[in-house]
Amino acid sequence: MESEFLKEDKLLLIKITEEIDHHSTDRIRRLVDNEITRYMPRKVLFDFSKVSFMDSSGIGMIIGRYKTANMLGGTVEMTNVKPSIQKIFEMSGVLKIIPVVKSA
Amino acid sequence: MKGLYENEMKLEFLSKSNNEAFARIAVAAFSAQLDPTIEELADIKTAVSEAVTNCIIHGYENKEGKIKIIAKIFANNIEIEISDSGKGIENIELARKPLYTSKPNLERSGMGFTIMESFMDEVHIESVYGLGTKVTMKKAIEKQESVCEDREMVGAV
Repeated sequence: MESEFLKEDKLLLIKITEEIDHHSTDRIRRLVDNEITRYMPRKVLFDFSKVSFMDSSGIGMIIGRYKTANMLGGTVEMTNVKPSIQKIFEMSGVLKIIPVVKSA
Repeated sequence: MKGLYENEMKLEFLSKSNNEAFARIAVAAFSAQLDPTIEELADIKTAVSEAVTNCIIHGYENKEGKIKIIAKIFANNIEIEISDSGKGIENIELARKPLYTSKPNLERSGMGFTIMESFMDEVHIESVYGLGTKVTMKKAIEKQESVCEDREMVGAV
């Protein structure tokens, strides 16, 4: 996982660089929550360009991070989501609160 | 001749979360002989990952146990049986419901069975409370030749 905080925009960029499943979400959750509470970003943008696989564990993980960010006044967006992963997000209805946006 | 092909494999491994990737990759590699599309392969990997995760979190509740996978190929179909000797499911109807989870505190979405059902053609669940659970999933892999012909036709037009 790589992260970068853009101070001017209060934007936290999180690039996940591994497959997302029940095994990896524990660690991702800890790292991201740590970054969110540290920077209190206005927006958290998850970059999925390096994520080749995700199962339903990713839905719970992203909703959980939305809750953390939201509690501190921020929103969450995702970008570069592959079609197979987009399908899973669509089924869960999560895109209504956490939209997929075009990469900047 | 390929349509008559039959094959079978069995796997048994400990209910450790780092085996989730192993299980889905092994089943995907086995099903590769049916020439699935990238999308079909992703569907199979996701469904296997959901079922194995269920065995670990719900079946064994993170205690150590064994998970078995039997995969069979007949004609253009793959059948995958994933079982544990864990806790079992008390109410299968409820477990199948989208967004239902017995473990909301673990950030589980409750979409596991829904994903298996939509990514595979058939999902059958057998469970005896206290003895274990067996999930059997089937998927037909469409022949690739026709896709190629279509592409050629599109190219010709």
